[in-house]
Amino acid sequence: MITSTAAQMADALAKGETTSVQLTQAHLDRIAEVDVQVKAFLHVDSEGALAQAADVDARRAKGEKLSAIAGVPLALKDVLAQKGVPTTAGSKILQGWRPPYDSTVVTKLKDAGVVIMGKTNMDEFAMGSSTENSGYGPTFNPWDLTRTPGGSSGGSSAAVSSFEAPLAIGSDTGGSIRQPAALTGIVGVRPTYGAVSRYGLIAYSSSLDQAGPFGRTVLDTALLHEVIAGHDAKDATSINAPVPAVVAAAKSGNVKGMKIGVIKQLQGEGYQKGVQTRFDESLQLLASLGAEIVEVDCPSFEYALAAYYLIAPSECSSNLARFDAMRYGLRTGDVEGASAEAVMSATRDAGFGREVKRRIILGTYALSSGYYDAYYGSAQKIRTLIIQDYAKAFVQADVLVSPTAPTTAYKIGEKVDDPMAMYLGDVATIPVNLAGICGMSLPAGLADEDKLPVGFQIMAPAMQDQRLYQAGAALESALLSKWGAPLLSQAPALKGAK
Amino acid sequence: MSSLSRDDVAKLAGLARIEMTESELVELSSQFGMILDAVARVQEMDLSGVKATSHPQPLENVARPDVVLPSLSPEDALSGAPAQEESRFRVPQILGEAE
Amino acid sequence: MTTPTYDEVIAKWDPVLGLEVHVELNTHSKMFCSCATEFGAAPNTQTCPVCLALPGALPVVNEKAIESTILIGLALNCKIAPYSRFARKNYFYPDMPKNFQISQYDEPICFDGYVDVEIETEEGPKQFRIEIERVHMEEDTGKSLHVGGATGRIHGADYSLLDYNRAGIPLVEIVTKIVPGTGKYAPEVAKAYVAELRDILRGLKVSDVKMEQGSLRCDANVSLKLIGSDVLGTRSETKNVNSLRSVERAIRGEMIRHAELLNDGKKVKQETRHFQEDSGLTRSGRSKEQAEDYRYFPDPDLVPVTPAASWIEELRATLPERPSLRRKRLKEEWNVPDKEMAAMINADVLDIVEATVLLGADPTKARTWWLGEISRIANDKSVAVADLSITPADVAELVALVAAGELTDKLARQVVEGVINGEGKPSEVVAKRGIKVVNDDGALMAAIEKVCAEQSETADKVRGGHLPAAGALIGAVMKETKGQADAARVRELLLGHLGVQ
Repeated sequence: MITSTAAQMADALAKGETTSVQLTQAHLDRIAEVDVQVKAFLHVDSEGALAQAADVDARRAKGEKLSAIAGVPLALKDVLAQKGVPTTAGSKILQGWRPPYDSTVVTKLKDAGVVIMGKTNMDEFAMGSSTENSGYGPTFNPWDLTRTPGGSSGGSSAAVSSFEAPLAIGSDTGGSIRQPAALTGIVGVRPTYGAVSRYGLIAYSSSLDQAGPFGRTVLDTALLHEVIAGHDAKDATSINAPVPAVVAAAKSGNVKGMKIGVIKQLQGEGYQKGVQTRFDESLQLLASLGAEIVEVDCPSFEYALAAYYLIAPSECSSNLARFDAMRYGLRTGDVEGASAEAVMSATRDAGFGREVKRRIILGTYALSSGYYDAYYGSAQKIRTLIIQDYAKAFVQADVLVSPTAPTTAYKIGEKVDDPMAMYLGDVATIPVNLAGICGMSLPAGLADEDKLPVGFQIMAPAMQDQRLYQAGAALESALLSKWGAPLLSQAPALKGAK
Repeated sequence: MSSLSRDDVAKLAGLARIEMTESELVELSSQFGMILDAVARVQEMDLSGVKATSHPQPLENVARPDVVLPSLSPEDALSGAPAQEESRFRVPQILGEAE
Repeated sequence: MTTPTYDEVIAKWDPVLGLEVHVELNTHSKMFCSCATEFGAAPNTQTCPVCLALPGALPVVNEKAIESTILIGLALNCKIAPYSRFARKNYFYPDMPKNFQISQYDEPICFDGYVDVEIETEEGPKQFRIEIERVHMEEDTGKSLHVGGATGRIHGADYSLLDYNRAGIPLVEIVTKIVPGTGKYAPEVAKAYVAELRDILRGLKVSDVKMEQGSLRCDANVSLKLIGSDVLGTRSETKNVNSLRSVERAIRGEMIRHAELLNDGKKVKQETRHFQEDSGLTRSGRSKEQAEDYRYFPDPDLVPVTPAASWIEELRATLPERPSLRRKRLKEEWNVPDKEMAAMINADVLDIVEATVLLGADPTKARTWWLGEISRIANDKSVAVADLSITPADVAELVALVAAGELTDKLARQVVEGVINGEGKPSEVVAKRGIKVVNDDGALMAAIEKVCAEQSETADKVRGGHLPAAGALIGAVMKETKGQADAARVRELLLGHLGVQ
């Protein structure tokens, strides 16, 4: 049952072949069995999930009209506030905090009857690409437990790829949905900026953050996308427009006559051989399905990484100022006679990890007087150039493509002491965030040299998210015919802990 | 080669209210040369005449009506407080004056 | 060296002012969230994820706050920016939940305005133009209660208790350009400016402008330069100036303090100082270890404010008359002596008197009621005149009843009392209490005959042509008729009865 797709599970629920309680229990059992190895979850809310499942079953029994994925369980990245459930953003500074409110994404999930099983591990405050920066220890890639599942939404990607959950929510500031999806052989979408409300999403970099769906298929991902997207008056940056028809696009999956642009700057040098090979094959496959492949030039992408590592740290240095030991979260150093100022500093030292501190200091520097124009100001101008490059490219092509990440999953600990090497892994995903457009990663096969999943990235203009699903579904279907079975069936079986 | 001295990092840590040990200060300042060189690439391009983008979507004038909605209960508001007293957040003595 | 006198200061030094006024808007909800803004609510009952800065919460601007700010800008003759943004001002302080304040930095919504103020001097009235640099939107902080230590002050406290009800209340900051050339009048000009601002804001109905409750707060920057010199001196910024009188005192005090330092060859420190209401002096704020660097940047959670030109014009059309001009106009229209005009302004009854006049009442009568009997009752009850339950319509009705001869002034006072006691409109009070002027000549004649019989000696004096003696008889008749008679009619009938005309 747990290896079905979310769409199949929803179908079985609708037909009465199973109940949400049974389905949820099966996944909770799977979590209990394998999560000691994968460590995808920071908190499993069995009681809450089963109560929610029972409620959906009761509503279904009464004949209420339910959403397409009502009763299907899900794993929620710990960056989203859920009322009464521990929410830490992977940081020690929020250990034990239980929000008195629901994020809009959680409200929408609850309204749709999607069962939230628990909170998944992540790089602290979403800063990282490997989940190793979690304050609570790393998550392990189900394909190879010595490797990272990517990040920052590595808990969510690992949960879906290890069949602990059919669906998951992540957040993507510089690639944090697409890159872990790529590294674990699943589908992940970063929707257009403003398509999914950020209310209740613990902010890393406000102008780049966006929550989005994970699934094992393009259709599953679309079903979840449709549930969480939509305008929200509580988020001033939320787009007030209808949600693109992503589910319909995922069902139609057609690239005939579609112009697909390959970004010159995002391939070749620096990309692992097996990654480039799978990417090229996928392109040929798309061409064979009737797509027209063109090459597009985005020269300013060379500077995207530099701009990102100024903008995101700058915004985070301000966003994370609220973690100060005064109103919630950790408080340390509160000894007799200690001042509020001293307690703040001590708590922020004890509560934040190294990467978070590094980025706060970098951001503080980039915004400080005398340096603002040279760093933050210049980065914002690069951002304009990247938007212009995309605009030109989208005149030539309907969607743009690239490998999602330059490499397959790397070993845990491999890059932990080399921040620059880690940052380079985001080179292909970051331009999407800077421009506020949408992107998808879907599995393109395994690299020959290490038999690890490779991600294929599709990008589309703002609020044209349906194009991702249309192209993605076509490629997925062609690859599936070629492989004969879903890619995940090639993943090694996880040995149970029992 | 850009760099930040140990004292520069200490000053930034002060602004960011993070107490740092000597070894943390030294480690960060040693990493910053490389990081700053990488991010300083934004200055390589000729950016004269380029407008800054601080926001990816061209939204304007998003506001809400002046309507009161229920607040949190004081219990919920204070539910995360490390310390509280008389329905207020209790914090250690404050040294500096308010702005 | 000794402290110079004020006259000694101004003989040598020329003060340069700069004033920053913070105004809390009177919106129903906060600047960036939907919490209520009631003053004096129980602690932390008007807070939510947004104004407590809980992780994940996001601000959304209150449209009324934008409207009010534009109105203020227009009333201060400012230009309204077609494009302005919110910026984050980053600094840590426990009363500020996000540890940044959402404010506006280099793109304020209103800029380049002015206010003309007039002060009375021994050489007659003098006008000064105060130029406005900018008017921008921001948010207020929470309130801290310092516990322990001797004084309840921040110094020596053991710990503090925070209430965030005030956090996020909309604030508008009005910043002047430097104000030179006020000379010895600097303190009075500053006071007149703040008073004028207060009147303008009150007229716009955008703020309660209660300095004592902190809904209008003033920071005063003062520096001195040698008379005739172009070199500006170092300024100090005095905070916590919470009344009009304090504005004047604080500036005067700082001028003297600066002059004493400079005369001694010492330097004025650029610093924040705190005004002490009791002593009238300022004290130095605790100096920070390092200069603050606020690291302003555009707030990525909020989008630009781009008010349409047509909307700005619509708002401009709703601007009320400038209070100072209005006062001049009303003074002329009503033909009010200076002293009475000042009394009305001091008693804060100008609006209510005007409303009464607009309902048809005679200006002098309207003024007399509001400034006299009604103000007296308000005083007795220790409430503001405006807070009594009597309305301009009631007073207009009362004036009309008196004019029609249906009430005497004395009876009308009883009616006022009834209206304030909640007995209804004047006509209802008249009906309920059975108040009416006795103009039944028969009843009056009976009373007159009775009184003349009782006081026959006085009556004889009147008969003999000693008219002043009639007063006592009239008084007695009025008493006999329980004040319900029209005294003029009584006099007429009495004199007729006694055969004198």
